[in-house]
Amino acid sequence: MNGLDAFLFNTDIGIIILTILKSLAVIVPLLIGVAYLTYAERKVLAAIQLRKGPNTVGPFGLWQPFADALKMLMKETIIPSGANRGLFVLAPMLTFGLAVAAWAVIPVNNHWAVANINVGILYIFAISSLGVYGIIIAGWASNSKYAFLGAMRSAAQMVSYEVSMGFVIVTVIMCVGSQNLNDIVLAQRHIWFAIPLFPIFVIFFISGLAETNRAPFDLAEGDTEIVAGFFVEYSAMSFALFFLGEYANMFLISATTTVLFLGGWLSPIPFAPFTGVPGVFWFILKILVCLFVFLWVRATLPRYRYDQIMALGWKVFLPISLAWLVITAGFLEIFGLLPHA
Amino acid sequence: MSGISKTAAGLLLSEIRAGLWLTLRYFFKPKATLNYPYEKNPLSPRFKGEHALRRYPNGEERCIACKLCEAICPAQAITIEAEPRDDGSRRTTRYDIDMTKCIYCGLCEEACPVDAIVEGPNFEFATETREELLYDKEKLLANGDRWEPELVKRLELDAPYR
Repeated sequence: MNGLDAFLFNTDIGIIILTILKSLAVIVPLLIGVAYLTYAERKVLAAIQLRKGPNTVGPFGLWQPFADALKMLMKETIIPSGANRGLFVLAPMLTFGLAVAAWAVIPVNNHWAVANINVGILYIFAISSLGVYGIIIAGWASNSKYAFLGAMRSAAQMVSYEVSMGFVIVTVIMCVGSQNLNDIVLAQRHIWFAIPLFPIFVIFFISGLAETNRAPFDLAEGDTEIVAGFFVEYSAMSFALFFLGEYANMFLISATTTVLFLGGWLSPIPFAPFTGVPGVFWFILKILVCLFVFLWVRATLPRYRYDQIMALGWKVFLPISLAWLVITAGFLEIFGLLPHA
Repeated sequence: MSGISKTAAGLLLSEIRAGLWLTLRYFFKPKATLNYPYEKNPLSPRFKGEHALRRYPNGEERCIACKLCEAICPAQAITIEAEPRDDGSRRTTRYDIDMTKCIYCGLCEEACPVDAIVEGPNFEFATETREELLYDKEKLLANGDRWEPELVKRLELDAPYR
């Protein structure tokens, strides 16, 4: 056992193997979660619309995601004749790959992250910003007007909302004095940031909806206007990758919200029987709550108009998050609460 | 609403919260879905489903080949050929309904002077090929034999309103 420990922690190959194992430990549950998120979405939407949702494949329809996956795998991947083949194939992989890659720094428990790096929050921000490339490339490579329109819309939207998201993140970093996600969670031992920073918590979550192109900001897909937006031309597995990427992004935004505002793996009830429960449980529970809100919002709100989205991003969220940043900074300075790293 | 209170309501997301509250209540409401193959809605005795040719209790077929149904059929789905039978009574030699043309208006049923052609309660007669939907006399009589108890009950229930 000691020999194995020494091999895993001290040799180069051992560290690589260990990292691969850790990544698998994150990716496999994530993919299963993504599969069941599609099921959960259909069930939640159905329940709110007084329907039952999938209930035929297996008990309560629980095998539905696998039936869907099988269907997707067996269909033909069509590449349109006018498309740029290389980019066309690359785009879904990029979207899905990035959605998974960001999970490298998410701490699911104290010091349980594939890579516990000191600029974790920057890494997540950078990776989620890269996500827009998958969409632009898909829209461009498809060589179709709807795909192109969808890509343009989503590019503008994601760039706009990243600005206010950035200010929100800066505010949180300022309260913690560290960009390490582990430290950010530990700084919420006494009070979750969702409470003192409530307004920007809401802004962050709504921006997250926009960032993942979810309803009511789903005009990149805009089924009723531009068919399916940037992925009209995609079929079979390439379509499935986009689909999974969208859901993986929802998981990512929920995890980020949990880490930044909802106290990560910390127990919400800070006394004996509950503090003993493993942090992973609380972490997953909080993510599920966030995901439910994603689905709930989708079932409730109609799609925004394009100019309304832009107005909301630039004229409401940006000033509020900027003002809140200044207010928080002043508050921390006056009461001498600024963390000293 | 004045400008300020409108802005405040917008910033506090009051309408969105009201909407979310409404959908949350719907989330827990009993569902309206009918679990179809296992649960079915009640059918009216006037329901116009699959056709059937009925017989008299002694086994004689009712149809007298008057061709009123063929004449009234707006979709021209019915084809009848007739000639006298050996015992001298006038009977159909051919009675075809093209179920792919039929619009289930029920006019054939209304036109029939002897209650021979009727539309029964059966709506689950989907087939895998189109040819199976071109019903002939044999198929229609078989339908009649199969659904007769139901058909009698339906006619009885609907009789007071005719």
